[in-house]
Amino acid sequence: MKKELRLMKGNEAFAEAAIRVGVDGYFGYPITPQSEVMEYLTAEKPHERTGMVVLQAESEVAAINMLYGGASCGKKVMTSSSSPGVSLMQEGISYMAGAELPCVLLNVVRGGPGLGTIQPAQSDYFQSTKGGGHGDYRLIVIAPSSVQEMYDFVELGFKLAFKYRTPIMVQSDGAIGQMMEKVEIDEQQKRFSEAEIIKNYPWATTGKTPDRERNIITSLDLDPARHEKHNIELQKKYRKIEEKEIQYEKVQCDDAEYLFVAYGTSARLCLKSIQLCREKGIKVGLLRPITLWPFPKDIIYDMADQVKGILSVEMSAGQMVEDILLSVKGKVPVEHFGRMGGIIPSPIEIADMLEEKFIKG
Amino acid sequence: MADTITKADIIKPENLVYKKTDLLTDKVLSYCPGCGHGTAHRIIMETLDEMSLQSETIGIAPVGCSVLAYEFMNIDMQQAAHGRAPALATAVKRLMPEKTVFTYQGDGDLAAIGTAETIHACNRGENFTIFFINNGIYGMTGGQMAPTTLEGMKSSTSPYGRDLEMMGHPLKITELIAQLPGTYYVTRQAVHTPAAVRKAKKAVRKAIEMQKLNKGLTFVEIVSNCNSGWKMTPVQSNHWMVENMFPFYPMGDIKLEGELVKK
Ligand SMILES: Cc1ncc(C[n+]2csc(CCOP(=O)(O)OP(=O)(O)O)c2C)c(N)n1
Ligand code: SF4
Repeated sequence: MKKELRLMKGNEAFAEAAIRVGVDGYFGYPITPQSEVMEYLTAEKPHERTGMVVLQAESEVAAINMLYGGASCGKKVMTSSSSPGVSLMQEGISYMAGAELPCVLLNVVRGGPGLGTIQPAQSDYFQSTKGGGHGDYRLIVIAPSSVQEMYDFVELGFKLAFKYRTPIMVQSDGAIGQMMEKVEIDEQQKRFSEAEIIKNYPWATTGKTPDRERNIITSLDLDPARHEKHNIELQKKYRKIEEKEIQYEKVQCDDAEYLFVAYGTSARLCLKSIQLCREKGIKVGLLRPITLWPFPKDIIYDMADQVKGILSVEMSAGQMVEDILLSVKGKVPVEHFGRMGGIIPSPIEIADMLEEKFIKG
Repeated sequence: MADTITKADIIKPENLVYKKTDLLTDKVLSYCPGCGHGTAHRIIMETLDEMSLQSETIGIAPVGCSVLAYEFMNIDMQQAAHGRAPALATAVKRLMPEKTVFTYQGDGDLAAIGTAETIHACNRGENFTIFFINNGIYGMTGGQMAPTTLEGMKSSTSPYGRDLEMMGHPLKITELIAQLPGTYYVTRQAVHTPAAVRKAKKAVRKAIEMQKLNKGLTFVEIVSNCNSGWKMTPVQSNHWMVENMFPFYPMGDIKLEGELVKK
């Protein structure tokens, strides 16, 4: 089947994918650099194309709670935002994790803290992979590094979200969201009918019929013993996700003596840095985590036997580097390089930094 | 010797004077004896039963004393974060427009932390029903001041009475949302006497019937007592409510068929 090709912004690709995979509802609040998602959706009239509901909420707090309501009905629901908005959503994300509700969230990360800047950053790694909201929960976090992946990860996201009944975060950044690339577009998928939802998701609140007990969606249990049991079950689920769902990409790792670990925009920059290093005879490879959580720790542990040093490249003060350090368990030196405040480093800077940290020193 | 009445006599069908609706579970209510929450639950569930709506209703429980409403209401339910019930209900109704959807919320939940969600759901004219239990206090957390606490009224965080200058004025959120074009039916009721209960139940039915018209949000406030929080007996609290709450929160319809009721 020949696929349709289009030139699109990352944010637009994400929105088109939402319509194509049969999302039931999008609820969001405008914020740069991701407002194109809702703008695209409202312009496309998805209520006419597929019956999809698109609603501009009064805040990110309301938007995430709309997701809670929709997901409780077994519907495919999603939102998108950028860092300050995602901070506001943390309450709802924790509730959805606790109530085991599937949804897809997009964070087109910009620089912080506070209102920060509208320029790209990767400084929300801690927030999305370590918690953000309260309680013992995890988000599956997948990081696209191309416009095509902005498109593809909507479907992947819903697959994982419903498989594990958990919210998933697509963690992008302002550069991937705003840049244009060619995208392969899939065929239109059908939205589920109510009968299909009742069959596929027997837990959904679709109205109590005489043939079943009532369905209750809640994150509350006032009995500590029962609530601990619920937490233990959640942790079992997270262990299973760690076992089964890790995804990463290796680039020029076979003969590598040094390794970049980077995702999103930084991973793209590192591709150029690898070329620059190799021109100088420095053999570098890239390991690109696609899932930021679960983190590809075993492969990084293994790579540590092969290389002399690992440089974590992230547009932050050094967040992912902590997970690399935990993975490597002291086998080789690990350093971080990143720019902050919305500055994208140049490939030359990154290549120089590798030399400076591991070779010249 | 006079005949003694046995249990078997009492439960004969001809002696039946009241039967709990099947839309309430057998779970013992967690509310303090004398509290209006239980009666409010009953009239809502009886109405849904009488209208045969169990299989198409989704209810949203708030955070407050009625956080466990889903334990008592025998329908599909979702438990919301504090104040967010109208956001949940918005999505439920938009994604399943043929269902009957309601939220059940206290005054802290609806008129403090959830003010934005409440006002915007009302203003968008979402086609669901809000049942709003206004007891002028935060019952669940031990009787702190609510946005609806009356002037001079004592609570655990206004121990010398609500001082308007320091703590602001009690909020008539129901009058406020009645002004919005998105609300279709807005009424204020109580459940402290059998006559009031009958009236309130009629209002509940009207709200649900009007929800079906898809003309906007329907809103039933129930001014209620919190005997524990007010530190009174149930009887005292009802007297106090009539004398103090009703003058500030007057009973009756505020908006009918999208038009403000002229007083
Ligand atoms: C975000 C958040 N803040 C605070 C609380 C604590 N809390 C629980 S119930 C409640 C007040 C509820 O009062 P109201 O809505 O008036 O209901 P009532 O208990 O009186 O029926 C508060 C503040 C909470 N659960 N969540
Ligand atoms: S604390 Fe007040 S509102 Fe809560 S159950 Fe008791 S009397 Fe009712």
